[in-house]
Amino acid sequence: MEAYIKGLGIVSPQKTFDTNDFLSEVVEHNSKSLNCIEPSYKELLNPTLARRMSRIIKMSIAASTVCLRDAKIEIPDAIMTGTALGCLEDTEKFLLAIIENEEQFLTPTSFIQSTHNTVSAQIALQLKCMNYNFTYVHKGFSFESAVLDGLMTIAEGEAKNVLVGGHDEMTEKFYRVCDRIGYWKKEDDVPTMELFESKTSGSIAGEGAAFFMLSHEKTENCYAKLRGIKTIYKPESNIEIEAKISELLSSKGLTANDIDVVVYGINGDCRYDKTYNHLKDSLFKKSTSTYFKHLCGEYQTSGSFAMWMAAKMIKTQTIPSAVLIGKNKSKQIKNVLIYNTFLDTDHSVFLLSQC
Amino acid sequence: MSSKIYITGIGVISAIGNDVAETLASFEQLSSGIGELKHIRSRHKGVVPVGEIKATNAELTAMAGLGPDKESTRTALLGLIAAQQAVKSAGIKNIKELRTGIVSATSVGGMGITENLWMDYLDPEKSGPWLKYIEAHECGDSTEFIADALGIKEYLTTISTACSSSANAIMFGARLIKHGILDRVIVGGTDSMSRFTINGFMTLMILDKEECKPFDSQRQGLNLGEGAGFIVIESEKAAKGKEIYAELSGYGNSNDAYHQTASSPDGAGAFLAMEKALKVSGLKPSDIDYINAHGTGTAINDLSEGTAIDRIFSNKVPDISSTKAFTGHTLGACAAIEAVFSILAIKHNIIFPNLNYKNPMHELSFKPTISLKIDKKINHVLSNSFGFGGNTSALIFSRHK
Repeated sequence: MEAYIKGLGIVSPQKTFDTNDFLSEVVEHNSKSLNCIEPSYKELLNPTLARRMSRIIKMSIAASTVCLRDAKIEIPDAIMTGTALGCLEDTEKFLLAIIENEEQFLTPTSFIQSTHNTVSAQIALQLKCMNYNFTYVHKGFSFESAVLDGLMTIAEGEAKNVLVGGHDEMTEKFYRVCDRIGYWKKEDDVPTMELFESKTSGSIAGEGAAFFMLSHEKTENCYAKLRGIKTIYKPESNIEIEAKISELLSSKGLTANDIDVVVYGINGDCRYDKTYNHLKDSLFKKSTSTYFKHLCGEYQTSGSFAMWMAAKMIKTQTIPSAVLIGKNKSKQIKNVLIYNTFLDTDHSVFLLSQC
Repeated sequence: MSSKIYITGIGVISAIGNDVAETLASFEQLSSGIGELKHIRSRHKGVVPVGEIKATNAELTAMAGLGPDKESTRTALLGLIAAQQAVKSAGIKNIKELRTGIVSATSVGGMGITENLWMDYLDPEKSGPWLKYIEAHECGDSTEFIADALGIKEYLTTISTACSSSANAIMFGARLIKHGILDRVIVGGTDSMSRFTINGFMTLMILDKEECKPFDSQRQGLNLGEGAGFIVIESEKAAKGKEIYAELSGYGNSNDAYHQTASSPDGAGAFLAMEKALKVSGLKPSDIDYINAHGTGTAINDLSEGTAIDRIFSNKVPDISSTKAFTGHTLGACAAIEAVFSILAIKHNIIFPNLNYKNPMHELSFKPTISLKIDKKINHVLSNSFGFGGNTSALIFSRHK
């Protein structure tokens, strides 16, 4: 099960919307909650429709539209998205209206747009795409499940181009709610570029919408080859993690020594960095280490930002200095491995290679 | 890719029974589970009837064999109870002996608790052990709760495609087996009643103030329900020597791409889903003995679904009924609950009646089966589930030969 990434589109807290650019300018948020830099929606969305859409719907439609254009595909053969929290803003809006108005005088719009499958449904609706359509909603496995489904769908042979995406938004209220259970850093003004060195608990909140066109065939515009994905639920030891990584690598005829760059999901939370530190100092001692959550923040579908970064590194054969941990040891970027976790329960491994 | 998918275990909890035996008894007695809302506070209590499970969360916790300190969301508890039944009926002693995963589905997740605690979450002055429910809001939390209780670790995921969610969970689980990624998957879905959904459907004006009347020309809307259904599916090799309830022979997923909440009048998405399911199963429409329809009782669904069925079956529609007037519409769980019903239809050669039907819809060629039918051999059942966002899915269950 493998597929070529032949298009992408991403809205994130960085200036990532232009598919030709690759972090040429890094935005330092220095905040505990990183919000996306939204593009101009004018030529991407019908203004009448856009007025009713929440931020995450607009960002996702914009990202998926750019992805379709980048891949030169009008109608994908399947659409699968991952989102842990769905359309949070609409959910909160309807919930608050129920509470404040004591279940009276409610209007349906925010309820309609609150369902987790709103984004994949809206993409289908706008494209009039009647093909396979799925939404995965499993915490730190949401995007990963969509990716696995994408690979399976391509392998099944009927679908040639599948649109796979991950999207989650953070709201001011949900930030406060998660803060109560220790998700975020307590210090004020966290210097985001120093997140890697952090010795305290908690991370910084993030969000984003990223879409990829997975294809059965290699094209000129191909970014990278997606070789495989593995999820590990509540790993009991580093041995188990290493075994799962090796299983994925050996199934492709690779060893850890073949991995040029590793993208780690290090999020600055000292409670959760042990796996990353272990892998960095053992299995992938010789590989170049990079990380990304200081750029996009922590969120359940952050694996989609990592996959974007890995694909761009392979295509451009460059590693932006802002994502490097230590020295760049790679002359060539052939194989990139992503290791990401959410709250130490949902771990995932992605393998990407040069086309 | 040609391997078969065998069903070796089933479990269900809904307004018509806490297990398979109680469910069958309710069907035989034509006893609907629709009644007055009891377990949640709502202004609409007494106004809109619902299909509620007759147990408090504390009682459900005990039913799942957990101590009071392990109480979770109603969604998670219902899911665990149905999944435990499925695992037990499959005779699974050691869940880790095969590569076993879980694919669950839910539409509301932990909303049933979030809606009670939301203002307290936002008030830093208030604190308590209930803060643990913040993480339970996420849909995936109920799946992890079930997986942890059953000892499943190999693969977990959760699907939410509104009212078709658990059909897609069953489909994805089957594909994981066909790709050789897993040997066995516990697949299904769970959803609990919440003010959020009651009020949401109220604003859409599609809740019937009386018991719902699927496929009746005078239908006024749906009744909400709650519940969970899980089935154990295994590869041919893994199921060897085991009792097999039925096979999952076909599945199809499509999108209506017509409107965010309403189905297209001609049921284009529904048609495609059924067509794909038939193609995967290799069956002809005339092979289907019974259709367990989505049949919510809303003006739009029943017309759209009925029209698509007429087209697929060229107006020669086999026995068909909606069981929603028994259970209410259990949203993300309905396809899994109805999968269990479909499997029971095959196992016991039984067709469940479509309650509350009197007036035929002039747009459709067929009338649903309105009394319990036990005189026909059932080999193949088609089960439909459609949701907001145009998500349309169809599953086909077949007798194991």
